[in-house]
Amino acid sequence: MTLEIFLQNAANGITLGSLYALLAIGYTMVYGILRLINFAHGEIFMISTYFAFYGTAIFALPWQVSFVAAIILTALLGVVIERAAYRPLRDAPRISALISAIGVSFLMANLGLVIFGGRPKTFYRPPIFQAPIELGGVRVVALFFVIPLLTAVLLVALNYIVYRTKTGLAMRAAQWDFDTARLMGVDVDRAISITFAIGSALAAVGGIMWGLRFAEINPNMGLFPGLKCFIAAVFGGIGNISGAVLGGFILGFGEIMLVAFLPGLAGYRDAFAFIVLILILLVRPTGLLGDKQRVKV
Amino acid sequence: MMAQQRVVHPALKIAAVCGALVLFFLLLSWGQEHWDAYTVRILNLCGIYIGITLGLNLCNGFTGQFSLGIAGFMAVGAYTTALLTMSPAIKQAVFFIEPLIYPLNSVQWGFLPSLLMAAVVSGIVGFLVGAPAIRFRGDYLAITTLGFAEIIRVVFTNIVPITNGALGLKGIPPHTNLVWSWGFALVCIAVMVRLMRTTYGRALKAIRDDEVAAEAMGVNLFFHKNLAFVVSAMMAGVGGGLLGNLITTIDPNMFRFPLTFTVLMMAVLGGLGSITGTVISAAAVTVAMEAFRVLEEPRVILGLAIPGVPGMRMVVFSVALMIVILFYPKGFMGDREFSLDRVKRFAAGVRRANTSKQG
Repeated sequence: MTLEIFLQNAANGITLGSLYALLAIGYTMVYGILRLINFAHGEIFMISTYFAFYGTAIFALPWQVSFVAAIILTALLGVVIERAAYRPLRDAPRISALISAIGVSFLMANLGLVIFGGRPKTFYRPPIFQAPIELGGVRVVALFFVIPLLTAVLLVALNYIVYRTKTGLAMRAAQWDFDTARLMGVDVDRAISITFAIGSALAAVGGIMWGLRFAEINPNMGLFPGLKCFIAAVFGGIGNISGAVLGGFILGFGEIMLVAFLPGLAGYRDAFAFIVLILILLVRPTGLLGDKQRVKV
Repeated sequence: MMAQQRVVHPALKIAAVCGALVLFFLLLSWGQEHWDAYTVRILNLCGIYIGITLGLNLCNGFTGQFSLGIAGFMAVGAYTTALLTMSPAIKQAVFFIEPLIYPLNSVQWGFLPSLLMAAVVSGIVGFLVGAPAIRFRGDYLAITTLGFAEIIRVVFTNIVPITNGALGLKGIPPHTNLVWSWGFALVCIAVMVRLMRTTYGRALKAIRDDEVAAEAMGVNLFFHKNLAFVVSAMMAGVGGGLLGNLITTIDPNMFRFPLTFTVLMMAVLGGLGSITGTVISAAAVTVAMEAFRVLEEPRVILGLAIPGVPGMRMVVFSVALMIVILFYPKGFMGDREFSLDRVKRFAAGVRRANTSKQG
């Protein structure tokens, strides 16, 4: 393998890793606060790409407006899903909430099929992201720089919100203990809604970047990236935002490198993430950066 | 006033049950010849799904171990049965990319031994998956078993000399008929009813209600969880085998997560932890799945041409699942069972209430 090919693969890996990281944050934040695998997160990601697609294709909005509108609508969608499907089950057994999440996921994937149609759509790609850039003998398009940079900026902003603002404090307090947080005057419901809004907005950014990167969108695209990003969140330590980012990068990078170095195993690409999941749960169930989990009896 | 209990001789009871079974199977084998193909097909699917859903309910409902790997075990069973029942000539024709490996390419077994082999193989796979996976609780178990099912599917797509890869298997002999599928359903019902009356069944329910308390009472968690997992995998495997030999073609993509979702939906709608609920719900959902195909076909209503909408069926079922889980979280039957005694007691209660009102 020449250096150029390696660098090309590294660029692919970093881009995919950034996208996984953006999605994994949503999983880890929701799991941290509700102890629930938000199965619908992958479908939220899928629908965000359609919001952006329809914005440019049907309403003929400029792409900047369309993308921002898609992010806002997706954040609202996340909040609505929490209200409708998860909040009524907050005191029910966790498995009920999990079944509800699986139900929402299926409902949205199939509604997507009904409303958007099963045929893949071509995502509008503004030429600015396709400008070729040559760096050290590797030719890549501008998008390969935009995605990791944007991810980094969003991470800084997220860290600011979670660790430097009152809202973030409320979210962290709710993550620790609902009842105590309530006694301290924290509006837990609001904190959870904000968590869903932030997670869904990041998924929307990821979805739009996904559309820009791979150009093709379809109603079934949510399930697999969704599951992989949940695994990334577990890998990094569920509930831990930096862990989710680290897990996303390792998983995205690993997946690309697996195919690059061992092309014979390319067919097993989709199983790679699950094998990682099972190994990490067996060896270090709290993930790379996770705290020791307390088991309440 | 106590209703007088009539004592029925046990031998008489057994004779009555045997007679009913013989009549039932005579009806089925008559129906196989005389009912139209569409009805027979749906009834076959009902029987198969009743068995598979009972298996899922054993693990998810009665033991409380929420597994999402049922599609993987169905795939294992379907491929085992298909490879054993296909004739060597057809196998040679189907495996045109890479020939089938040695012992499999020349054998052809009867249907019953093939199904038993499917039970054994999927049981072994179930143990290999379950032994590491059941250490996890709740949603981690769910995602791990889902992962194992996906790994099984990906492996089946890639080991071309055994599974023919993504092309799948064609020309599987259509052995499955009403007697086989409903026989399978009845065996599964019998296994579940008997199992739940033994100490094993009580131990499983104890684990569901409180794992720590069960362990403190001396229930061996590893053994009992594995037992539930393996029996569940075996039922799924045999069901998968029957399904393969019913529809005569299988490929790895059939056994993706939507299949698990369908079976899970049947179990949840009927009530996680109820045998009768599962039977009723599995049969009802199977029939509804076919009936709602109307929604996806183009048709004309009052002169308006309405195009078919693919995906509409699953929207309806997802909404049904959401409504049940949000408003009737226990499903149709909860963890109760339908029994004649309950009906009698209910009727007696109504009668008593009426007489007391009059008096």
